[in-house]
Amino acid sequence: MTNEGILYHLKSTEETFALGKKLGVVLEANDIIALHGDLGAGKTTLTQGIARGLDVKDFVASPTFIIINEYAGRLPLFHIDLYRLNQEVEIENLGITEYFQRGGVCVIEWAEKLGELKPAQMHEISLKILGDNEREICVSSDLTARLTV
Amino acid sequence: MFIVAIETSCDETAAAVVRDGQEVLSNVISSQIEFHKKYGGIVPEVAARKHIEVINPVIKEALERANVGFGDINAVAVTYGPGLVGSLLVGLCAAKAIAWGRKIPLVEVNHLEGHIYANFLNSKSKILSFPFISLLVSGGHTMIILVKGHGEYETLGRTRDDAAGEAFDKVARFLGLGYPGGPVIDKLAKRGNPAAIKFPRPMMDQGYDFSFSGIKTAVVNYVSRLTLHASQVPDLVASFQEAIVETLVEKTIRAAKDRNVQIVTLAGGVSANSSLRSRLQKRGQKEGLEVIIPPFEYCTDNAAMIGCAGYYKFINSSLVISHSSLSLSPVASLRL
Repeated sequence: MTNEGILYHLKSTEETFALGKKLGVVLEANDIIALHGDLGAGKTTLTQGIARGLDVKDFVASPTFIIINEYAGRLPLFHIDLYRLNQEVEIENLGITEYFQRGGVCVIEWAEKLGELKPAQMHEISLKILGDNEREICVSSDLTARLTV
Repeated sequence: MFIVAIETSCDETAAAVVRDGQEVLSNVISSQIEFHKKYGGIVPEVAARKHIEVINPVIKEALERANVGFGDINAVAVTYGPGLVGSLLVGLCAAKAIAWGRKIPLVEVNHLEGHIYANFLNSKSKILSFPFISLLVSGGHTMIILVKGHGEYETLGRTRDDAAGEAFDKVARFLGLGYPGGPVIDKLAKRGNPAAIKFPRPMMDQGYDFSFSGIKTAVVNYVSRLTLHASQVPDLVASFQEAIVETLVEKTIRAAKDRNVQIVTLAGGVSANSSLRSRLQKRGQKEGLEVIIPPFEYCTDNAAMIGCAGYYKFINSSLVISHSSLSLSPVASLRL
């Protein structure tokens, strides 16, 4: 999904969480993150780390059923899952694109379903399963650049 | 006293007429086959617009089946959260219109509270008494709640990641078993050995919170290590189901014992799972607890449960925060 990114080789769930936390710390208002990865790839764990980095106190539970979960933190976190949606018109009717400019951070699972609604600026993160808890995570370089500043 | 109740928090558009908080005169859900036959049309899986299209026919049908008119209704009960704001708004607007037009009170109901009150619709012989423990399991929620009295809840535990019903759906999709995953796994698991594979029981001994994402990942890892033959699927799903059911039941029973509560109730769509029902009954019996499971039609999202919760809120009017208020807004992440 990303043409340019930094690869992280993570050996445990804790390391996946820690990477998320590091990213959460550097996120800014109106950042949109697209998460790509199969079932069990660690999207929930990474998002829980991002939430921690944003100082969200609550646990981050899956938004699959409810589609959007909102959390209060250093910036608001909008955790969105498009898994159950099939058409762009459904995404539009649910007002999901309105969350993009609300001064928070959007983390979107199954963002490929956005199609034409895809925002101009979106940070891509892809997660790949290597072993039981081993993952390869590719984070787009526009985001990782902030880590090294 | 007649209450018309409306529920649109997620995928279902539902309306019901409930008398005195107990007797369900009608319980209409837009996905019901009988409703489709009468009004036609295909209902997409998710769309706020779908609620707009069917809300009026659903309410009309609920009144007709109950054989009452708007003039007979004493109050309107409506779900105002948690759920999708766009979906909740449709039900709220319809409820406000009825309340305003008929000059009758509007009673706001929390969707989760509705699920708990579904247990009061079951009581033909006797009314459920407080306190009780409610295990609420659905596609979107997994919670253990101590219900101390009308409107008095203490959330003892909830899922930290996936809901139980969601774990069923995701594993079923991963294995290519179809949707919805719960009934498919339930059926296949009957032919399998639940002890065949020992999947983890995350957080089993820690408090009352749940974590089901890890069990799902364990299934994915297990399958990735071998070439799965169709003959192995029943053992696999039976073992997966066992991990979920055992965790749910043991934590619920433990909560009842720790809090010295004699009654355990089940709520939410996952209560249709036959293994969960029978295991909770058995374990409850062994511990001398009374286990109450509402009829399935009141376990999945429905408006009758909202009418029941609304009735008790109405008669204990101290619980009604904005009694007859027409300024009520939906609350997406409403808590108990």
